[in-house]
Amino acid sequence: MPTKDSGRLEVRKTYKLYVGGAFPRSESGRSYVVNNAKGKFLANASQASRKDARDAVVAARKAFGGWSAKTAYNRGQILYRIAEVMEGRHEQFSAEVAASEGLSIAKARGVVDASIDRWVWYAGWADKIAQVVGSSNPVAGPYFDFSLPEATGVVAVLAPQESSLLGLTSVIAPAIVSGNTVVAVSSFERPLPAVTLGEVMATSDLPGGVVNILTGSATEIGPWLASHLDVNAIDLAGIDDLDEARELEAAAAENLKRVRRPADEDWAESPGLSRLTQYLELKTVWHPIGV
Amino acid sequence: MTTTDSGVDTLADVTSSEDRLRRFLLGLPGVDQVGAEARAATLSTRSIKTTAKAYALDLAIQMIDLTTLEGQDTPGKVRALCAKAKRPDPADATAPQVAAVCVYPDLVATAKYELKGTGINVASVATAFPSGRSSLAIKIQDTKDAVASGADEVDMVIDRGAFLSGRYGLVFDEILAIREAAGDAHLKVILETGELVTYDNVRRASWLAMLAGADFIKTSTGKVSPAATLPVTLVMLEAVRDYHEATGLHIGVKPAGGIRTAKDAIKYLVTVNETAGPDWLDPELFRFGASSLLNDLLMQRTKLATGHYPGPDYFTLD
Amino acid sequence: MSRFEYAPAPESRAIVDIKSSYGLFVNGAFVEATDGKPFKTVSPASEEVLAEVSEAGPADVDKAVRAARKAFEKVWGPMAGRDRAKYLFRIARLIQERARELAVLESLDNGKPIRESRDVDIPLVAAHFFYYAGWADKLEYAGAGEDPRPWGVAGQVIPWNFPLLMLAWKIAPALAAGNTVVLKPAETTPLTALAFAEICQQADLPPGVVNIVTGAGRTGQALVEHPDVNKVAFTGSTAVGRAIAKSVAGTDKAVTLELGGKAANIVFEDAPIDQTIEGIVNGIFFNQGHVCCAGSRLLVQESVYDEVLGRLKRRMETLRVGDPLDKNTDIGAINSAAQLARIRELAQIGEDEGSERWSPECELPAQGYWFPPTVFTGVSQAHRIAREEIFGPVLSVLTFRTPAEAVEKANNTPFGLSAGIWTEKGSRILWMANQLRAGVVWANTFNRFDPTSPFGGYKESGYGREGGRHGLEAYLAH
Repeated sequence: MPTKDSGRLEVRKTYKLYVGGAFPRSESGRSYVVNNAKGKFLANASQASRKDARDAVVAARKAFGGWSAKTAYNRGQILYRIAEVMEGRHEQFSAEVAASEGLSIAKARGVVDASIDRWVWYAGWADKIAQVVGSSNPVAGPYFDFSLPEATGVVAVLAPQESSLLGLTSVIAPAIVSGNTVVAVSSFERPLPAVTLGEVMATSDLPGGVVNILTGSATEIGPWLASHLDVNAIDLAGIDDLDEARELEAAAAENLKRVRRPADEDWAESPGLSRLTQYLELKTVWHPIGV
Repeated sequence: MTTTDSGVDTLADVTSSEDRLRRFLLGLPGVDQVGAEARAATLSTRSIKTTAKAYALDLAIQMIDLTTLEGQDTPGKVRALCAKAKRPDPADATAPQVAAVCVYPDLVATAKYELKGTGINVASVATAFPSGRSSLAIKIQDTKDAVASGADEVDMVIDRGAFLSGRYGLVFDEILAIREAAGDAHLKVILETGELVTYDNVRRASWLAMLAGADFIKTSTGKVSPAATLPVTLVMLEAVRDYHEATGLHIGVKPAGGIRTAKDAIKYLVTVNETAGPDWLDPELFRFGASSLLNDLLMQRTKLATGHYPGPDYFTLD
Repeated sequence: MSRFEYAPAPESRAIVDIKSSYGLFVNGAFVEATDGKPFKTVSPASEEVLAEVSEAGPADVDKAVRAARKAFEKVWGPMAGRDRAKYLFRIARLIQERARELAVLESLDNGKPIRESRDVDIPLVAAHFFYYAGWADKLEYAGAGEDPRPWGVAGQVIPWNFPLLMLAWKIAPALAAGNTVVLKPAETTPLTALAFAEICQQADLPPGVVNIVTGAGRTGQALVEHPDVNKVAFTGSTAVGRAIAKSVAGTDKAVTLELGGKAANIVFEDAPIDQTIEGIVNGIFFNQGHVCCAGSRLLVQESVYDEVLGRLKRRMETLRVGDPLDKNTDIGAINSAAQLARIRELAQIGEDEGSERWSPECELPAQGYWFPPTVFTGVSQAHRIAREEIFGPVLSVLTFRTPAEAVEKANNTPFGLSAGIWTEKGSRILWMANQLRAGVVWANTFNRFDPTSPFGGYKESGYGREGGRHGLEAYLAH
């Protein structure tokens, strides 16, 4: 973090996990050194353990009922609120992205702009997606029949390793906008924007537990999330190794998780709807029409 | 359903005031139209062949209330109908007789005379049939006339206007009064389901009529379309079944109007068999109000017996 | 005769012409299998051998996939959508023309009542082809982007409970989207799929567009694991679905899975009682209970428990169990000896765990595989018969007191395929429908299907939807 020239000794920030709306340290007591892109010490980050992942899943499950039952309008407002609060922390995010990803401050600002804009984009989808993917089905009989999307449940997200804020935003927002709750494992080497994003969420009317952010190793925590039977879907975006991705997908098959395979993705591009719809279930309801 | 555990006493209680009657009728379980019609359609797919068909055809003939209810009816027409009732198939003495001949009150005496000693009943419509739009005094007198002329069975109509406007007490009292005027005659209460429209109403009207002392509940006058339908009859059969469960009493069901073919009649018998149960496969508890149905039953009977298709010229048109 | 006894009314078998043996249908022709052993398919109602069928080994599956690939690249992929549509319309018409024959064949091979194969299965098969035929030249409106592309070769594995209908659910959307297919029917019910192969020939469908490889699990495994298959679609057990999900891990294959269920059919005290009883019966005894979305857990509000049970048992006494080809049969034969053994085992477990077992008096034929319609009462959530899919005519009855308790019990399962709600109160229906974690919710009806209506599960009941625009999307890359 930037040092101050005023002679005043700065108060350094402790980077912690974000679980169930609170900021615990890892239950394991572990932390790890986070360096900037040039290898210079930035901070110590909590290194989440499998037990932290377990606690995060419990928090996410607990939050699911309330979050998915909120009106779409309300969820949209809360996502937009995240964007608003991020805007107020623009400089902090820019500094962290610049340091983490080795970008110039100007480029980092562009990344933060894009991240905020992405929250705004997804916020707008909250009360539109049902109209785009839902349907009224003209069955051949005296029945009213309609299909509506619903959130899948708890989504485990192994966030991109390179793109520490825009990538993270691009994998969390599409999951929660429809009512899912998330356990995210941040980029291992670039966790600081993720921690700050958690702080933003904690002050954005987002109920505790809707998003849980673990800093640490996806390779270490991923298998526990992939095999966790109370997780309904998993995004493998942050897994670069193909064998590792295959093993996680195979583990996820145990309870038929919806799996988002890793792919070459340009996070700056318009994301489209495929990630949003990946974490939706379609429910079809029939009722007779009669007098 | 509130009646399952209760007996006659509790049911007597529900008729103790108009308010209780109303609450009871409105508390009956609903009938889902689509589900009821789907059930009737499934029952219609039963395939009744050979021995079962022979049984069904003869039973259906014995369940017919051979009916003429026209302004142009004459004693001559009624005499011819009675001859047909006694000997439905002139070429085949094994064809059974029908259950009853159904006429207007002024022709009861003619029918009674023609049917003396045959065991075939005379049924008379009454109570300002078919609309029922007259004073209670007239309806009572209409009933008494029919009975005095020798009617064994009285087919009354309910006041649909009163029913549809929720005056269940009025409908109930009127049935009670006719019940009394009819004396020993069997009382069939015509609901005119085509005017009640919904199956919920059919179920309520069925219970109302049974609570008021009907021996039979009957779908239709034959003067309103739709007349009898299979789903309406299904709902009424469910009502008599449930009433029996609650009271131990057997109430009959009579679909009337629009049943013209043997194939249709057999669908009704299947529905009786699988809804109210075999007890109701008896002319004492199930009737068809029909006229042209008889000839189709006779033709099918002949086909089954001889193996060839007969033609209408070989069956009498009375 | 004092009772109305329905005389036998058998549908004639003469309409079907079953060959003594069948090859595989590959590249438009019936061919001998090269590396599998033939197996027999029997009528479950009589154990009579109907035909000998080839088992496709890995080499045969490879040939079929190659044929499909070639057809995809040379013919079906490049073909104008309107022409693909016309082929599908042709197939739909041929199915309608041969409907009676297909119904008889299905009932013979599967054991299901002719009333169902004739009135439900085969009409829905034709309807599915009609529905998806119309999509073939409208793909850009299907919600998969402006230039939707087919995946390529689809490997499809289907179950024995609705043999031809499941084939239609798989093949119709796949072909409409421009994919070619290799389909494996279930080993106990291959005959209507082979009749469908003939229909493809009658329709002059280009060779290789549809390939049918018969066999058992080994054949299915070879198909889904074939490296040149782009899209895998499976309907069947959760155990096999899980194995497939594992086997495609790390590949680019797209997958949809339609798996098991343990649906709650929830009856409130204000339900339309007579239709509810029909819905319960249809929910669990339709197709002998061999239905993934069967209403196998009846949840009854305690205030109407006695009445519902009394009426249900009375209704069950009128169910007619017997010859699948008799037009008056309501419940046919269990599909196989293995399935019968599974049902018997779970029913025994139900008794051993202390639930009360009841069946109406019914005489079962001496030959064939039969199980009477059965109700277990006194069942709790902890009992295995309340948790495991029995896939037979066996209903487990539980009770609840409040809507919230009904939801809690209904959702307390790893499955999430379907659910039923019976109440006359509209707002409660919508509240319940909202709360239930299931892909299909039937309110005041049950077991209704339509080609326009998306079908598929939550949780361990699988992923992806079949039917409707959503079913088409599953066959488009996007």
